[in-house]
Amino acid sequence: MNEPFYSVKNLTKVFGGGQEQVVAVKDVSFDVTPGEIIAIVGESGSGKSTLARMLLKLSQPTAGTIMMDGEDVTKLKRPNQLKPYWRDVQGVFQNPAGSFNQFYSVRTVLEKTFNLHEHRLSKAEKLERIHKALNLVGLDPQQTLERGSHELSGGQRQRVIIARALLVDPRLLIADESTSALDASLRVTILNVLKDLSQRLNLSVLFITHDIGQAYYLADRVFVMYRGEMVEQGPTETVLQFPQHDYTKRLLADVPRLEGWTASPGDLSIEELAKALT
Amino acid sequence: MSGIPVTMDSPPPPAAKQSAQSRVRSFTRMLSTRFYVSATMVAMILFFAFLGPFFWGVGEPKQIVGGLYEAPSRELILGTDNFGRDVFTQLMHGTRSSLVIGVVAGLIATTIGVVMGLTAGYFGGVIDEMLMGITNVVITIPSIVVLILLSIAVGTKSIVTMAIIIGVTSWPWTARAVRAQSSSVRNREHVDLARLSGASTVSLMFWEVLPYMLSYIFMAFVLQLTSGILQEAALSMLGLGPSNAVSLGIMLHWSLLWESVRTGAWWAFIPPTVMLTLIAFSLFLLQSSLDEVFNPRLRGR
Ligand SMILES: Nc1ncnc2c1ncn2[C@@H]1O[C@H](COP(=O)(O)OP(=O)(O)OP(=O)(O)O)[C@@H](O)[C@H]1O
Ligand SMILES: [Mg+2]
Repeated sequence: MNEPFYSVKNLTKVFGGGQEQVVAVKDVSFDVTPGEIIAIVGESGSGKSTLARMLLKLSQPTAGTIMMDGEDVTKLKRPNQLKPYWRDVQGVFQNPAGSFNQFYSVRTVLEKTFNLHEHRLSKAEKLERIHKALNLVGLDPQQTLERGSHELSGGQRQRVIIARALLVDPRLLIADESTSALDASLRVTILNVLKDLSQRLNLSVLFITHDIGQAYYLADRVFVMYRGEMVEQGPTETVLQFPQHDYTKRLLADVPRLEGWTASPGDLSIEELAKALT
Repeated sequence: MSGIPVTMDSPPPPAAKQSAQSRVRSFTRMLSTRFYVSATMVAMILFFAFLGPFFWGVGEPKQIVGGLYEAPSRELILGTDNFGRDVFTQLMHGTRSSLVIGVVAGLIATTIGVVMGLTAGYFGGVIDEMLMGITNVVITIPSIVVLILLSIAVGTKSIVTMAIIIGVTSWPWTARAVRAQSSSVRNREHVDLARLSGASTVSLMFWEVLPYMLSYIFMAFVLQLTSGILQEAALSMLGLGPSNAVSLGIMLHWSLLWESVRTGAWWAFIPPTVMLTLIAFSLFLLQSSLDEVFNPRLRGR
């Protein structure tokens, strides 16, 4: 059951050529097992988003492989070939406002995702799935469905976008800085939504952040990226308490220690966390 | 740790929700006096050009009704032209031809410009450089040169041919502007999310990028339309106009050729000039008043 289903080997992305060449991601390898939450931590420009875009098949790696259930998906390119992949791997991005097309209602945005399904669903089936997904993220479908993005708060928007991803029952959710545009209390709400979903649906989450505090609260394992390379991987407690790489040590030195650092994350109250994560 | 509370949080109460009706009302409130004035003018010009002939006689524009340059009178309120034809009838038909040329040229230019600009901005990279290269080449070719060459090649030109020639040479400005916009909308995250929903590239361009530019494209169309009418007038005055038709430019061409200015036959050249000015003025006014609606930042200036 806890065998890795997703694995990345020596993934590399190089932008440009000649003098201006940028190696944004270099030789990154890791595995993901079902239901685990992994935080990828790193400073700005360390290649986190570039990695996420490759994993989501929004950009093509320069080298390396992405394997899913033992199948190499690295070379797949056309949207039609990738539909089965996107049924398993979905994403949520940083900016909830930019994630919405302002011309469409929540219903339209959500229904676009049914394009990924193998079989055409009936109207009733679609509606049922939409209701289920919105309930999972704590939104009231009746209140939300016909609204446009300007009629939702930032936190509600981000939850709709998470619901959008859930409509296909993905196994891996890649969340790139999905909480950074939100204020502290909303941030905790979204973190809780992710944590809760991961447990209820056995969903693996790749949570990308530059905030060690959020990684600590959420993740089972922490990966540290530095200048395109993955310099450290390990269980959260181990990485944060006994950092091996110099960069991780520096990163931790910059963070004011959380109250109750050694306690298990669940012991902190929401209020304490909201304060700590601001 | 299964009991993490997920708070049920409902959107603001229905009172805050705008009804369709109130949205229409706030839209009409944004329309300025400028809009109503220019829209009325445009409507009157359209009425004159397309329904005028049914009210003020459906005379053939080329029918000879009097002598050379007869002054305006009770029957012929704008007199006759150099062939003894009724200027008023010609003005109605000429306005219609000019408007048709403007609309067709505007549609062609806008369509080509949008396709080129959207594609270049969306893909970027080599495709962008290639398409913008073509655009810059077309910008530097003066349309009058193309027109002279085409007139020689085509021989007789209908007003539609004329419109095609103008449209095909005037799309680059739209292409450039649309390119700038599409390359920025393209980076919005909903475009990537739609891709993650399996949307094809064409449908991304159409459903995720294009809607953000519609108001802008409409404005560009109005400008293209106006400049198409003025270009036709300029080219026709030089004798490069449509062959078997009357347009405002053709009327000016005849009146210049037959020395109406020197002989004092003002009724031959003033009416088409005034009509051209009115058309251009009211369309520019319409365009700028719509600009205020679409770009709230300009409002109240
Ligand atoms: N399309 C691109 N073309 C050229 N260089 C790029 C491109 N996208 C990213 N880069 C470069 O790759 C490097 C990594 O960028 P990336 O966006 O992955 O960082 P990040 O870790 O997500 O940073 P942040 O925390 O600020 O989001 C940066 O140096 C960036 O300038
Ligand atoms: Mg990033």
